[in-house]
Amino acid sequence: MRLERRETVPLALVATAPLVAIFAALVLAAGLIGAAGVNPLSAYAEMLRGALGSRLSITEMLTRATPLILTGLAAAVAFRARLWNIGGEGQFYVGALVTAWVGHSLGLPGPIGIAVLMVCGMAAGALLLAGPAFLRLRFGVDEVVTTLLLNFIVILFVGLMIEGPLRDPLAFGWPQSVPVDGDYRLPDLVPRTRLHIGLLFAIAAAGVVWLVLTRTVFGVETRAAGLNARAAAFAGISLPRTIMGVALVSGALAGLAGAVEVMGVTGGVTTTMSPGFGYAGIVVAMLAALHPAGVVTAAIFVATVFVGADAMSRATGVPSFIADVIVALSLLTMLVALLFTNYRLRR
Amino acid sequence: MIEALELLTNTSLWAAVLRIATPLIFGVLGALLCERAGVLNLGIEGIMTMGAMAGWLTVYLGGDLWMGLVIAAASGGLMGLLHAGLTVPLGLSQHVSGLGITLFASALAYYLYRLIVQVGETPPTIVPFKPLDIPGLSEIPVLGPVLFSQTAPTYLALISVAVLAYVLTRTPLGLAIRMTGENPHAVEAQGLNPNALRIGAIVAGSALMGLGGAFLTTAAFNSFFPEMVQGRGWICIALVVFASWRPGKALIGALLFAFFDAYQLRLQTVVEGVPYQLFLMAPYVLSIVALIFVARRAEVPEALMAPYRRGER
Repeated sequence: MRLERRETVPLALVATAPLVAIFAALVLAAGLIGAAGVNPLSAYAEMLRGALGSRLSITEMLTRATPLILTGLAAAVAFRARLWNIGGEGQFYVGALVTAWVGHSLGLPGPIGIAVLMVCGMAAGALLLAGPAFLRLRFGVDEVVTTLLLNFIVILFVGLMIEGPLRDPLAFGWPQSVPVDGDYRLPDLVPRTRLHIGLLFAIAAAGVVWLVLTRTVFGVETRAAGLNARAAAFAGISLPRTIMGVALVSGALAGLAGAVEVMGVTGGVTTTMSPGFGYAGIVVAMLAALHPAGVVTAAIFVATVFVGADAMSRATGVPSFIADVIVALSLLTMLVALLFTNYRLRR
Repeated sequence: MIEALELLTNTSLWAAVLRIATPLIFGVLGALLCERAGVLNLGIEGIMTMGAMAGWLTVYLGGDLWMGLVIAAASGGLMGLLHAGLTVPLGLSQHVSGLGITLFASALAYYLYRLIVQVGETPPTIVPFKPLDIPGLSEIPVLGPVLFSQTAPTYLALISVAVLAYVLTRTPLGLAIRMTGENPHAVEAQGLNPNALRIGAIVAGSALMGLGGAFLTTAAFNSFFPEMVQGRGWICIALVVFASWRPGKALIGALLFAFFDAYQLRLQTVVEGVPYQLFLMAPYVLSIVALIFVARRAEVPEALMAPYRRGER
């Protein structure tokens, strides 16, 4: 048996791949839920109810999906060009930190201030990824390791800032940064819930990324750089410029996630504000097969698993880490599913 | 300033260096073995977490410490087999598969831990490995307490360096593994199966990573808790490059890194007015700086990250 590349990939196959992958992941995780002495089907029903069962739970799920859309886009943009940005977590945190810092005492009217703060968060994230991109281009340092290590450095730096210069004196000793000014809190999308208009920004960002990737020269260059870097260089595409451009866009998206989370949900920054948004963004991007449109759907799936698992855990006693297991498994099954959309088995 | 220098004369610092280096030595050897066969294993962070949990749990459930190490290595090897299955016969992206293994292995470790262990206010503990004084040698002044009064897994790590260096450079198997990482077509031409060699190397390498994790819970500490690997796996991936894919240099790299880590911990107590986070950052920053210096000269295995399919170029 061997693998043979398909000459054409039917669209239906691409669309069903994530569904098959998610189904396989749920089947595999069912064994672990069973080991906890709980019927997997009723556990999954409980999860669905927990994430989608009421108006409040749906808004909670969408609140969770908002940063995931943005970190998912960040990973998708980078991975398309084979820039392995694993630093979404760190970029999220610098975006959040800079937003809280600037937004605490920015003397601008509300809407303009919000726009300025989003740009600040994006700039911070972009700069953080520009470093590893520069090191790769100039010194040949693998960006996987540098972006990963920067995550740890950034979280320590956040800890340093919120215990020092940015400490919130009103937080009763709890290490938390000063909050953004009340004028810059994002308005609610649904009244009396946590869901804020950041969700619309995230969806708009997906639209913009889709347009840029499919309708601009830069988009074509990133695709070319990812598919075959040598051929791209031969065709006259400047690889360093493309990689740096991709790094700036990818870092900016993850930084925006941090900015939006601060303005929309937390107000200030803590070292525990992200339950792994940066890493989950990688799963989101892969489930979406790196397509910006798919990222929104994939983020909703991942958010459903996380929010639903919390409720299911409370109801049944199955450890809520099952959410991380399901999400990680769906990444692995999706990888295999993607392989079979591009290849077929031949005897 | 004087105090900072005085720390260097303290034998407990140098004993700590070897202790801190132990999980890194296992991890870097494991990562090195995988990469020498041509496969990047970014599953390391999760595999170490899994090894830490499995080793600890075995002892907690009544197994002895050595049994804990065996189970940790086996669980690491199992995760490695999963990574091997995805990256070798299927030829999937080694980056993404590795990250997936890290996410999966750590999530599974936390899940199983929560499922089996009742966690109260403080995590339950086991009786870890005790320092093993080597008769005679441990009484040598200075050197004795530093080198010959460590726990058994530390000696095992040092022996592993020598064994791996010997196997890789002095045996036909080692030659075949290295050739698989450089030119799998040549291996095939010799009548050997490059994919089988790769799978074997990944499983063995991942077992070593599992041991590195288990050291944390059965020797360095006595309990398991989330996030306890703290990026040690990623540091190992950086150390492999720093070591230019050689076991001996990997040992030196791990010791250097451990020295900075041990020194910064002690510096925190004598240097005042500097936030402790800056000290904690130092080892990560140093890793990046070290990479900048060596990256250009790195002798990367030629076929690293290139999946091998028969008859395909």
